[in-house]
Amino acid sequence: MRSLKYATKEKKSKSILSRNHSTSNLQDIVTSADILRTLIRKNAVRVVDVRKEDDYKKEHIKTAISIPLARVLDNDTPEKIVLLLEQSGISDKTPVVVYDDTFGALAARVAWTFQYVGHANTSLLETTFANWKSYGFETEKKINVFPKAKHSLRVNNDIFANYDEVEKAKSEQNKILVDSRERLNFLSEHIPGATNLPYTMLGTSESILRDPQEIKRFMENRGISKDDEVITYCGSVGTLSGLAYFALRMGGVKKIRLYSRSFKEWKKLGKPIEEFKDANFWDLSAE
Amino acid sequence: MKKEVLNYPDKKHFYPKSNPRWGKEEETEIFGQNVKLFRRGKMSEDDFRRFRLQHGAYGSRLQQNYSMIRIKVPSGEVTPEQLQKIATLSEAFSIGSAHVSTRQNIQLHWVQLEDVSEVMRGLVEVGLTTREACGNTVRNVMCSHFAGVCPDEAFDSTPYAMATARFFLRNPVCQNLPRKFKINFACCSNHGLVRIADIGLIPMKKDGAIGFKIYLGGGLGAASFIGYLLEEFTPEERLVSTCMAAVRLFDRLGNRENMARNRMRYLVNEMGWEKFQKLVIKERTNVEMTISLETLNRYKVESEGPNIRQLSNGRKLPLINEKVDINSDPYKRWIHSNVIPQKQNGYFVVFVTLGAGDITSNQLRSLAKTIQTYSGEGCARNTPNQNFAVRFVKARDLPEFYNELAKTGLANPGALTMSSAVGCSGTTSCNLAITNSHRLAKEIQSKFIELGFDTEDDLRDSTIKISGCPNSCGQHEIATIGFYGGASRIDGTMTPTYTMMFGGKDGEDGVLGKSVMRVPAKRVISTIIKIIDIYRQERNTNESLAMWVSKLIKGVPNTNRTAKNLDDIKTALMETTSLPSPQDDPDAYMDYGNDVKFSAKTARGECAA
Ligand code: HEM
Ligand code: SF4
Repeated sequence: MRSLKYATKEKKSKSILSRNHSTSNLQDIVTSADILRTLIRKNAVRVVDVRKEDDYKKEHIKTAISIPLARVLDNDTPEKIVLLLEQSGISDKTPVVVYDDTFGALAARVAWTFQYVGHANTSLLETTFANWKSYGFETEKKINVFPKAKHSLRVNNDIFANYDEVEKAKSEQNKILVDSRERLNFLSEHIPGATNLPYTMLGTSESILRDPQEIKRFMENRGISKDDEVITYCGSVGTLSGLAYFALRMGGVKKIRLYSRSFKEWKKLGKPIEEFKDANFWDLSAE
Repeated sequence: MKKEVLNYPDKKHFYPKSNPRWGKEEETEIFGQNVKLFRRGKMSEDDFRRFRLQHGAYGSRLQQNYSMIRIKVPSGEVTPEQLQKIATLSEAFSIGSAHVSTRQNIQLHWVQLEDVSEVMRGLVEVGLTTREACGNTVRNVMCSHFAGVCPDEAFDSTPYAMATARFFLRNPVCQNLPRKFKINFACCSNHGLVRIADIGLIPMKKDGAIGFKIYLGGGLGAASFIGYLLEEFTPEERLVSTCMAAVRLFDRLGNRENMARNRMRYLVNEMGWEKFQKLVIKERTNVEMTISLETLNRYKVESEGPNIRQLSNGRKLPLINEKVDINSDPYKRWIHSNVIPQKQNGYFVVFVTLGAGDITSNQLRSLAKTIQTYSGEGCARNTPNQNFAVRFVKARDLPEFYNELAKTGLANPGALTMSSAVGCSGTTSCNLAITNSHRLAKEIQSKFIELGFDTEDDLRDSTIKISGCPNSCGQHEIATIGFYGGASRIDGTMTPTYTMMFGGKDGEDGVLGKSVMRVPAKRVISTIIKIIDIYRQERNTNESLAMWVSKLIKGVPNTNRTAKNLDDIKTALMETTSLPSPQDDPDAYMDYGNDVKFSAKTARGECAA
């Protein structure tokens, strides 16, 4: 697991500038810390904290509401998710910014779910809660509740994949299956034909996703083009691959789906897997 | 990582090292482009392999889509910034840990070929390179990790090693040698791998003049040789021309046909040392007469010069010599087996224990921080024993240093003892491996620490080194007790076994070990323990294990010992090394890290591509 590191304040403000977000267009995949602060001040955003509820109660970004990842996973139908949005005071038009305290994967899975049920205007906070706090940005302990809102249900099946589509992808031209687990897990076993883009490649200590230029280069190195159709998956519930979903979108891929039930379901269904047992690579690990 | 503000009382002694600029940005671009050309079928497999190796990327075990990236670390000198960068790169593109090799390289395993250029890009930022780390070139130039701090050295050979490394890196003369070429600098006659290199150099002074004792034509491998002394004294002005002469002769006369016999040592031994020696001397004169000023200017010792350190008189550390045992306080035990004094009064070299050279990214970061905080030279050296030496540490800082290391599990004892077994990568990543030498080395280490072998002074000058096949990457032939992997049929079952060797040694009086017997992989640990038992019963007072072993090789008649020679030892070990039937104990026939029947699988090695 990547350990999270915290940058100093000076360094941070530089990286915010270099990101060059000139507008507050929330269709952006990531929202910089600076822009989020402005939006919070203007009361023009719903901030969603996906950490455990206890962590939220201790401290969270100002105005944030708590929707833990576990609750999203428990509410396993589009209808229930929409209800969750409504209860959180999120209407069709409310811009949403999601954050977590790992490296963006939990936030990514929640943001993807919102987009899946039709809330396209969902974006990821560029950084983690720990970083936000270390920059000295606004936090609070107050539990925020907003009046119930109306939200319509428009399921976006273009960004979702089930095992059937994964199985078919293998034989189709220009369809690429991306496994976003760590290298050793991938080497041990994976869905046949998948290419490995470990989640560890996607971000830096300061930013949950790298510069789009870098992501583009990684894609180009692997022969993934913008016009390919990509399906991402990971080990169990689609968090790591959720992050890869957003990373590849940032790299310009237009058609991309998340196989949210991922390798766990694939194995349970007894689908074929590719294994590699001729090397003892696990013994290289120093822990 | 949070940038720590260095608030060190002796800040004036801290010299952050400048970026050494071994790497070149454009080479990373070219590598990336060539991977694409190769993938599109526009570059042949052979051309691509040669190119890839020239740039430090080996193919991984039975998986050509992955690479082992070998980062050259000339003299083993590595800065905190570099370690931090390696940590980040390993997390992103490799397996979240790095490996310290037996030749002062640092290796990243299982990197997808498509990402190699990205790793290189990161390395270049901190001045590192993988260029000519593999392939038929001058490989990483080694230098004793004690150079500059060794009480017995004539002078610090580090600047010469660095200048030599820079002179040969990208030098047209060594881009396509018949085979790889290794240059090792020592600090004194005890420390350094000078007899097992193509060129081995020991600094010495003669009538006030500075120079070297140069050994040529040594090297380990499936067939190993000990190097020969070129002349009594080679003055420093002739260092480059002597090295050039050897490289040029090898380039011209070396065997380009037979891959298995084309290191310079074969050339030397086929033509005979006296003849080769004369040729080198003559070639050197030619080089000196014809070398261009431009070429000569590639070699600059001063520019690599060490920092002048203002040293205060520090405290002594009596603790080092205090006796410890398995029940001693862990800190004392660590001091005893990991710390030794430098020639600079009051300063110490601290060794950081690793398991077969492996270190996680988190550990690398914590190590970087301790170097930044406690090393008076602001860098560390990696050593052929697959660990790190942090130098210029003050006695009063040692407790804190220890506590810092302990936070990330880096404070194990035994770095300077037999318990820190060396193991090449073996079946964890190498194409040629027959056995899991890497895991075995780690198993030995944890067992020996558990048994407290690191606390026993009589075992201290002994070493255990393990290779996963006869190629000697684990340097088993210079170990007190060395092992190389193979496969044997025992009781009708293919079994991973090791050939055990006795009595090897590094340094100027280096010798190669003698083969004793084969031991099943799962009996190696009990066999070493049994050997130690016999030694304890039969030793003379003040006779260390290493001394006892080397006597056994020569044979010791006229004593009342039961083990007088290697045959006796073999007999004494028969019981320990034999296995129950495969039905009774199937596990004994398997290798470490596997729960299935053993079979030897290898693919084309790239050591000579
Ligand atoms: C015939 C083929 C090979 C020969 C003769 C050979 C020889 C050697 C020798 C003698 C060393 C020890 C250091 C020294 O020179 O002082 C070494 C180091 C090393 N070699 Fe090889 N080698 C061969 C192939 C390979 C291959 C195919 C790999 C893996 C891709 C490999 C990986 C290593 C590693 C990893 C080390 C450092 C040891 C460690 O710390 O893991 N070698 N090689
Ligand atoms: S000794 Fe053999 S198994 Fe070990 S790294 Fe070298 S070639 Fe591979």
